[in-house]
Amino acid sequence: MRTLWRFVVAVPVLFVVVSFGVFGLVALAPGDPAVELAGQGASEAAIARVREELGLDQPLLVRYGDWLAHAVRGDLGTSIARKQDVGELLLSRLPATLSLAALALLLALVAGLVLGTLAAVRQGGVLDRAVSVFAAAGIALPQFWVGLILVVVFSLQLGWLPATGYEPIGEGVGGWLTHLVLPAVALAWLPAAELARHVRSATAEVLDRDHVLTARAKGLLTPQIVGRHVLRNAGIPVATVLGTRIAQLLGGTVVVETVFGIPGLGSLTVDSVLARDMPVVLGAVALATGVVLVINFLVDRSYGLIDPRTAEGARA
Amino acid sequence: MSAPEKEREHTAPAAEGAPTRERSPVLQRFLDERAALVALGFLAVLVLVALLAPWIAPSPPQAMNLDAVSSPPSAAHWLGTDELGRDLLSRFLYGARTSLLAALQAVVVALVIGLPLGLLAGYAGGFADTVLSRVNDAVMAAPALVLAVAVVAVLGPGLSNAMLAIGIVFAPSLFRIVRGATLQVRGETYIEASRAIGCTPSRIVTRHVLLNIVPPVIAQVTILAGVSMLAEASLSFLGLGVRPPEPSWGSLLRDAFDNLYTAPYLVYAPGIAIGLTVLALSQVGDGVRSALSAGRGRSRT
Repeated sequence: MRTLWRFVVAVPVLFVVVSFGVFGLVALAPGDPAVELAGQGASEAAIARVREELGLDQPLLVRYGDWLAHAVRGDLGTSIARKQDVGELLLSRLPATLSLAALALLLALVAGLVLGTLAAVRQGGVLDRAVSVFAAAGIALPQFWVGLILVVVFSLQLGWLPATGYEPIGEGVGGWLTHLVLPAVALAWLPAAELARHVRSATAEVLDRDHVLTARAKGLLTPQIVGRHVLRNAGIPVATVLGTRIAQLLGGTVVVETVFGIPGLGSLTVDSVLARDMPVVLGAVALATGVVLVINFLVDRSYGLIDPRTAEGARA
Repeated sequence: MSAPEKEREHTAPAAEGAPTRERSPVLQRFLDERAALVALGFLAVLVLVALLAPWIAPSPPQAMNLDAVSSPPSAAHWLGTDELGRDLLSRFLYGARTSLLAALQAVVVALVIGLPLGLLAGYAGGFADTVLSRVNDAVMAAPALVLAVAVVAVLGPGLSNAMLAIGIVFAPSLFRIVRGATLQVRGETYIEASRAIGCTPSRIVTRHVLLNIVPPVIAQVTILAGVSMLAEASLSFLGLGVRPPEPSWGSLLRDAFDNLYTAPYLVYAPGIAIGLTVLALSQVGDGVRSALSAGRGRSRT
């Protein structure tokens, strides 16, 4: 019941707070959109007319309520710079960003689990130290710089992969994948590094527990032990890290899409900011926030599935 | 960031002698952290380099040399030159100033917002705490970079605006630390004692609470400084931060990106410098935190 309550109340409330905050900021922004839209040298009456058309003569709360009422029905207004429906614009950019984020997530998950487990099994070994260096680098280096280095090495010097652009998956998986590999690696590096660190410590701790010792005593080999007894216990940190990193991953797409010239939501947001196209900025932030809130909620729910001890009531 | 926080929940009931004028134990333990000291040394050198940039840079950052356009690293130009013949080493050294100042600005903004509100929420509790904490959760739920980009959209591009945006976006993480630490300190006996002898809340907060939450705040601030530096790089790279031709490490990477095919060597130095600085800041933060984790629960008032 608690969960349902959270989904029905908490998520929408958070969404409203964030979107109202951004909406308020946009409203406070210097410069009057009505003046800009009416054009240079427009008369007071013309400006007033535009203001009325845009609903800018209404109080902030009314305007926000109006925006929200339309937004929940999928109507996010019209782009000022592109004269296009914001919802359609966002939808048209969604596949590229979704592809990129999904591929990056997959890479991060696989790399983080494999590297973290291997490092925990052979603690202090070469691989363990390599993983800590990899993790430290992942956390300290700017994502887009990693992307630039990948372009220099794999596109400019080796010529293996295209440096920029995007091909929809509908036009062939090969082209889709070759265009997305480098940006996905750049984006996956940080979550992979954090994941590896958490999986390593969770696994190392579980490896010392009694049930693992028992399994070992029964003669199970290390891969079997890890597969059956250990990985399950590493599930919670994995879910937590993934949950907190989803937001960062989405933020990362903003820069990485620019580096690789991918026509996604991130590059759309940047372009709209530079063009001061507020309806698009507002819509993009609302969409990103909504996605993150829902994912965070799902991650919270997944704890109970991974480890029943943490389900209902056990959590504060 | 959650694992270290959990570590600090543990409160060591240290048998405490009378306070003396010796070096504080936390400082002593910090000095025992080798990695953190090395990192602190690196940061000190960096600050020095940034301060001395006008004297040690081979040329002014904007000076163009059209005889040496896009030339790879050489004896005359250690890091090479860009498409306008500007010496990268010089721009890199001046860029250190911009990037460090930018990180400082974001941290100050985050402190100005997060510290008083965190103290208020943690000490006053009740309605103020509920409202502030909910707003805080909401801001933390949004993707930080997207939010920062949106704030820049409103304020307009430019380094000061960008760092203001980043400071606002990162203030919640500081708020959370300050609130948590304040809650912990509020329950201590000496606070109760101060209240009993009639200290006003403002005096208790400024004289007793504030002093005792300084260490965890320092730890968080070093982390924030690193994250801010990365954010400056991202925003300047996107063209939302520093305005050309002024150099920052982020805008140097933008220049490198724009000339990736003709001058790929431009890309290395600024990125590596950002990485090392962020790493150093996080080492210092780790050092402060582990120096603290053994010595929580002691009072310095």
